Amino acid sequence: MEWLLSFPHMEDERLRALKKVIDGAFRNFTSTYGDSFEAFFQPLQVFLNQSERFMTTTPWPIIIVLVALIAWFASRSWRIVLGCVFTLMAIGYLDMWSDTMKTLSMIFVCTVISIVIGLPTGIAMARSNRLQNVVSPVLDVMQTLPSFVYLIPVVMLLGIGKVAGLIAVVIYALPPMIRLTNLGIRHVDAEMLECADAFGSSSWQKLKNVQLPLALPSIMAGINQTIMMALAMVVIASMIGVQGLGQPVLKAISNQYFTLGIFNGLAIVGIAVIFDRVSQAYGRRLQKHLERVHGH
Amino acid sequence: MATNLTNDFGIEIRHLYKIFGYQAQASIERVKQGMSKAELLSNHSHVLGLKDINISMPSGGIQVIMGLSGSGKSTLIRHINRLIEPTAGEVIVGGVDVLKMSPTDLREFRRHKISMVFQKFALLPNRTVLDNAVYGLEIQGMSRDRQVEIATGWLDRVGLQGYASHYPNQLSGGMQQRVGLARALASDAPILLMDEAFSALDPLIRMDMQSVLLDLQKEIKKTIVFITHDLDEALRIGDRIAILRDGEVVQQGTRQEIVMTPADDYIANFVKEVNRGRVIGVEAIMRPIVQVKGGATLTVPMGTSLESAVKRLVEAGFDELVVTDSQGQPVGQLALKSIIATMVTSAVSEESQDVQPRVKSKA
Repeated sequence: MEWLLSFPHMEDERLRALKKVIDGAFRNFTSTYGDSFEAFFQPLQVFLNQSERFMTTTPWPIIIVLVALIAWFASRSWRIVLGCVFTLMAIGYLDMWSDTMKTLSMIFVCTVISIVIGLPTGIAMARSNRLQNVVSPVLDVMQTLPSFVYLIPVVMLLGIGKVAGLIAVVIYALPPMIRLTNLGIRHVDAEMLECADAFGSSSWQKLKNVQLPLALPSIMAGINQTIMMALAMVVIASMIGVQGLGQPVLKAISNQYFTLGIFNGLAIVGIAVIFDRVSQAYGRRLQKHLERVHGH
Repeated sequence: MATNLTNDFGIEIRHLYKIFGYQAQASIERVKQGMSKAELLSNHSHVLGLKDINISMPSGGIQVIMGLSGSGKSTLIRHINRLIEPTAGEVIVGGVDVLKMSPTDLREFRRHKISMVFQKFALLPNRTVLDNAVYGLEIQGMSRDRQVEIATGWLDRVGLQGYASHYPNQLSGGMQQRVGLARALASDAPILLMDEAFSALDPLIRMDMQSVLLDLQKEIKKTIVFITHDLDEALRIGDRIAILRDGEVVQQGTRQEIVMTPADDYIANFVKEVNRGRVIGVEAIMRPIVQVKGGATLTVPMGTSLESAVKRLVEAGFDELVVTDSQGQPVGQLALKSIIATMVTSAVSEESQDVQPRVKSKA
């Protein structure tokens, strides 16, 4: 009867041996290839440092003016520009400016990397059903595997720091970019594709003239989602040494500093709202031509 | 404007078969041995799209391919620019077999020799009218200045002056299809494929667009292949008409041949409702000249429709007319009585006409 109540599992001895073997193999792998991995990701380190230097050494009024300008050109809405400026002022006044700049820099780099990887992957996936069948389950794993689990090997390989954090954030934030690019391109009207072929488009002309423009709303939604998910990862990434708004939050959790947590948490929300409103307004402006003026 | 006044781009379709399914090649022998579409579908799960199509389309004319939905007409037109690969057969355009072209040759062929107008317009919603009209030229790799010059010219020709900077969604269906037409004409290809181009439009706008096309065709003289499910449209614009049913050509010929001598009951039912006076010309029913009663005679040229011949006879007060050829020489004569008899006689026998259910082309 006992085997019914407790699941018949592998002998403890063998299980322990198995774990030991895998751990040992990975440790060997890290010590052999750790350096080459670090060298491979060196350009990212440079990119991250440059971006952070720019954000933290530029005088705050210039940053505010820059953000306001970007918001204006993206949205053409005074309400959104004022909202952005007010949020940044409030963050600065509550002495969270430099942490916020570090986070902004991190998010910027993560988003760029996600687009650079995600856009071509999404396009390739839309072109090949076989690739889609391979990539989809990988994306499922990336989105559901608890982030702490893949933090361990990343830290073992690259050590604590920005690059490890960047990789962790990108793993989490990349899937929506790939999925929505794939979806957007697959949903392009069949007659439109036929038209591109009938006029003798090359495969690149078809992509450039028809597929990407028509998938753009979906791709923009992907970028928006990627930014939001990257922001959500900021606190977890701070556990492996990423500086910014995540660190005070982490400190607040371990020491039960209620106000510190709330302030920094709200700063993250504030940045998220800025990114979201500005990118959505930009997306809407791109689709202005879809508004029906002629009644039919 | 660079237009080909004469072109040698006739289209020959020979023994064209299209079977949809995994083992199309194996199924083709069964079809050649006489297996029907229904049998092929139920026993072998293959769909017979087109069966032994042979159509010769002379250059510079409008060839209409008519059929109801599911007859294979859209499949057929897509073989001419090879958007669909056939299972067997030949499509010879301007002396070259389209089906043997390499991918590069095919792309060049599509860029310069053949263009297409689509049922649902297929305009890019994110581009203005002008940027849609230059689409084909852009793919050809022309300089932007030339693109704009040519496309603007064609937009004017189809009646879209002043709409260059509008977006497709700001235009009505008829105007959107004018953009589609301008885009197709701009690439200066000698062949124009029109896939149910006017079917999505309101009847009045459709008539309007047919007139636009016929007016343009007088000048551009392209080889036009026009797909439709509307018999009135087919008779109005087609120099030659081929009628397709279940993937087979049931009859092809001029509009008069279709209306006066329908090949079977299926077509007879179709043409029953047609205004015969407008479709049939005087030369089709004239008799050799024997003698003309009375002194004065009314002469009409060949190609005059029965309807306008009657009108002129009644106005002049005669009951007999003489048909003349292009040099003005008399070639035949025709009595008012026989004109009217032809106009009211249906191809279907009188007795059956009243009892048969009305079958009309799907509008």
